[in-house]
Amino acid sequence: MSIDQKVKDIIVEQLGVNPAEVTATATFDGDLGADSLDIMELVLAFEEAFQDDSGKALEIPDEDAAKIKTVGDAINYIKEKQGVAT
Amino acid sequence: MGAITPIGNTLDSFWEALLNGKSGAGPVTRFDASDFPTRIACELKAFDPLQFMDKKEVRRTDPNCHYALSAAQMAVDDAHLDPTGVDPYRCGVVIGSGIGGIDTFERQHRALLESGPRRVSPFFIPMMIIDMSAGLAAMRFGFKGPNYATVSACASSAHALADAYHMVERGECDLVLTGGAEATITAAALAGFCANQALSSRNDDPTHASRPFDKDRDGFVMGEGAGMLVLESEEFAKARGARIYGEVCGAGMTADAYHMTAPEPNGNGAINAMRVALSNAGLSPHDVDHINTHGTSTGLGDIAETKAIKNVFNSHAMKIAVNSTKSMTGHLLGAAGAVEMIAVIKALETGWIPPTINLESPDPECDLDYTPRVKRKADPQVALSNSFGFGGHNVSLVARRYAS
Repeated sequence: MSIDQKVKDIIVEQLGVNPAEVTATATFDGDLGADSLDIMELVLAFEEAFQDDSGKALEIPDEDAAKIKTVGDAINYIKEKQGVAT
Repeated sequence: MGAITPIGNTLDSFWEALLNGKSGAGPVTRFDASDFPTRIACELKAFDPLQFMDKKEVRRTDPNCHYALSAAQMAVDDAHLDPTGVDPYRCGVVIGSGIGGIDTFERQHRALLESGPRRVSPFFIPMMIIDMSAGLAAMRFGFKGPNYATVSACASSAHALADAYHMVERGECDLVLTGGAEATITAAALAGFCANQALSSRNDDPTHASRPFDKDRDGFVMGEGAGMLVLESEEFAKARGARIYGEVCGAGMTADAYHMTAPEPNGNGAINAMRVALSNAGLSPHDVDHINTHGTSTGLGDIAETKAIKNVFNSHAMKIAVNSTKSMTGHLLGAAGAVEMIAVIKALETGWIPPTINLESPDPECDLDYTPRVKRKADPQVALSNSFGFGGHNVSLVARRYAS
């Protein structure tokens, strides 16, 4: 499964939103109705689902998490950590 | 009123099952219990929180909250209450639970041990804490008056009702949404109650395991679920044209000051709870014609409660239709008091006393009229509901048939 699709699936599952709403430009706190707790949990779910470029479990520091505002931000961040060109 | 119980997921199905003497017990299906001395419980059947909550709310709350919020929605719907048509500051929520979100606790503790502190969910604490049901109910209905949880083990929701009653009676609230929920059919909770030797181990015959007052009883059967009631002042209920099921008219709360888990052998704490409740209601023992007992099917508890009833009511005790609905529902722990108050209110409304099932050979020390095995038409006018909890907490609530 592509990284894009996997990220979108996690968002659909965690936030209970319609897959059609999960577009690259959709914002977590605005368009997808996530509150602060949802966003923290979403970050955890990404950490569990993905590895970094050395194959270790992905770690998303709080200061990075704070910059992830949209679905596209999340996809790009994870690709970058995995060493995949965006 | 709203009820989600092991014998029915709606108020009507719960009441019908009680009258028909249906047992909610069966083998534990929630997890593999094959190593446990007790492998039976009264689980909810085919309950789906998505009937009452959206997917996201379900995901970020514990089953304890699922039961509480679903029963709360049923109670508000059943009361035909429009939450937008009330003064929100005069509407409270008090919801009890003995243990709260123990399923969440177990899952998150496992995550901590297996994967470390960074894998613990931000929802761990909000999902686990006992007061979240009351908080979420306030968010759902917009009620901005008093809002908290009561915790007193198996008397938790009886304390909730007592507090709600007093708040309405004192004029502080027009209405209080109140009751309790419990969701403790989990591996750790079952292991803990097994270690207390509180549970029946009649694993090969679950529907006969909860047998309050019977000489062959060997402990209680764990149950789960929720009961919720909308308590209103008579004036407020009449003004909005509410259907009034019955009148809560007194509450007594005492402590045994005796032992962590064992009841005081003569039932002194229970005696005083019933006396305070009757005095609070302005009634005498002779006015009472029905008692829904705590009656858990434990060796000591059923005898102590029988002694207590005989002490309070003397010769009148034999004229009271006593029962234990736990013979059918199992022990809903913190939700028991509310679910049993619903049974009491329905008994007063309909005139029918649900039976104590499985009472085949009464313990010689349990010699009251427990309405054995089959329901009875008795037209009770005044009833008590008793609830006692680990820690020595006792609550007795009084209700009366409503006559406008």
